[in-house]
Amino acid sequence: MIRFDNVSKSYPKQSRPALRDVSLEIEKGEFVFLVGSSGSGKSTFLRLLLREERASQGQVHVLGKDLARLSNWKVPQMRRQLGTVFQDFRLLPNKTVAENVAFAQEVIGKPRGEIRKAVPQVLDLVGLGGKEDRMPGELSGGEQQRVAIARAFVNRPMLLIADEPTGNLDPQTSVGIMKLLDRINRTGTTVVMATHDQNIVDQMRKRVIELEKGRLVRDQARGVYGYQH
Amino acid sequence: MRAQFVLSEIGVGLRRNLTMTFAVIVSVALSLALFGGALLMREQVSTMKDYWYDKVNVSIFLCNKADAATAAKCAKGAVTGQQKEQIEADLRKMDIVESVQHESADQAFKHYKEQYGDTAIASVVTPDQMQESFRVKLKDPEKYKVVATAFAGRDGVESVQDQRNILQNLFDLMNGMNIAALGVMGLMLIIALMLIVNTVRVSAFSRRRETGIMRLVGASSFYIQMPFIMEAAFAGLLGGGVACVLLLVGRYFLIDHGIALAEKMQLVNFIGWDAVLAKLPLVIAIGLLMPAVAAFVALRKYLKV
Repeated sequence: MIRFDNVSKSYPKQSRPALRDVSLEIEKGEFVFLVGSSGSGKSTFLRLLLREERASQGQVHVLGKDLARLSNWKVPQMRRQLGTVFQDFRLLPNKTVAENVAFAQEVIGKPRGEIRKAVPQVLDLVGLGGKEDRMPGELSGGEQQRVAIARAFVNRPMLLIADEPTGNLDPQTSVGIMKLLDRINRTGTTVVMATHDQNIVDQMRKRVIELEKGRLVRDQARGVYGYQH
Repeated sequence: MRAQFVLSEIGVGLRRNLTMTFAVIVSVALSLALFGGALLMREQVSTMKDYWYDKVNVSIFLCNKADAATAAKCAKGAVTGQQKEQIEADLRKMDIVESVQHESADQAFKHYKEQYGDTAIASVVTPDQMQESFRVKLKDPEKYKVVATAFAGRDGVESVQDQRNILQNLFDLMNGMNIAALGVMGLMLIIALMLIVNTVRVSAFSRRRETGIMRLVGASSFYIQMPFIMEAAFAGLLGGGVACVLLLVGRYFLIDHGIALAEKMQLVNFIGWDAVLAKLPLVIAIGLLMPAVAAFVALRKYLKV
């Protein structure tokens, strides 16, 4: 599903590389937490997965494709198999909940009949049945994040990438979001989630990958947030 | 691609950017109107050249009695019958000469009367003041010099005149105006292109949320860029339409009505409506394509994959 072979990434104008010689493999259907302090390279890791950046050295394979060799015009096709969720939701404020979710299908040219069927289905899945016509501004943060997850999942991606999805939410709402991501994971979708939320990581007991100053310092099955002594 | 979706995106974009869109339409319209006008002007010059060069001759004016006293070249007196025969024979021997016509003083007087009619000057002119002349028609009007060197300064010849000179000034003026129009067009075109690039940039910036999401869910760059390109093309199309109207109205007022050159300059055959209509598809096509290409180029910079 995902394989990093000795991946380094440095940005121009920055002396310290954002990622240094990272090698790891994530299998299909796994749920992986990506932890580390700010500036540890989590965001760069996710950007490499999305092919928003290319590795400076080493190889990144996502869904069986070597992203370095993937030509620009094939990138959209690759991204259709990924879903992405962010801390700041990134919803379109002037579209309703249903329109926001449908947008992800419209812009890749899905037929309308399919959209009409898929949108209510996925909104039910995330627990927003009946709120199709609300505007994002009328929803709570947790609900907005559910819309974002619905949008990320509506095209049934193989891989869901979440960048601190609970970063803006209170602990109780976060638990709800985590249950949802867990449910999505159980449908067979691989989930990679970057987070600072210790409670969540400790509770879920999933695989934990820790980065520190761009290096992979821990890769632990059923791990917790901090080091165990 | 879902047409309705794209169309609604274009509508939203154009309305959000109304002032910029308006500026694009106006600048595209002006530059294209100048472009079309310059094309038509060139065509006008070339039809006039065709028409007039066919009619104009090289004139060899011969000395008359009055000239013998006043003009230095006629110091040896009025032209003699022998000299005339010699000149005519030499003219007919030249390869470049198509035809030679002799105009007597009486004929010249008659033409003069026809041309100037009842004006004050016409009433004091008498036939013996008019010059006899040979009207020489050349196969190639550009070869005037050959005739001029052969006959200027010969006994009995007062002067050799190329009637094209009279027209040349007019054509030079029209060509000058043409170049000026093209220059202004170039300037307007640059302004139009810069406006388009800027409009597209503003448009892309104001919709970066949408385009960001589109990128993430895997919309193709074509799909992401299409609304912006169509927006520019649509504004350009409107500009092209306005330019067409300007050209049609321009011809109407300049030639048929208003300034009505057709009435005032009856000797000139002006280009017809068909010539104007023939230019319109080109104007529309450029109006459509130029902004689209400019938008495409601008987007390559502002909307990366």
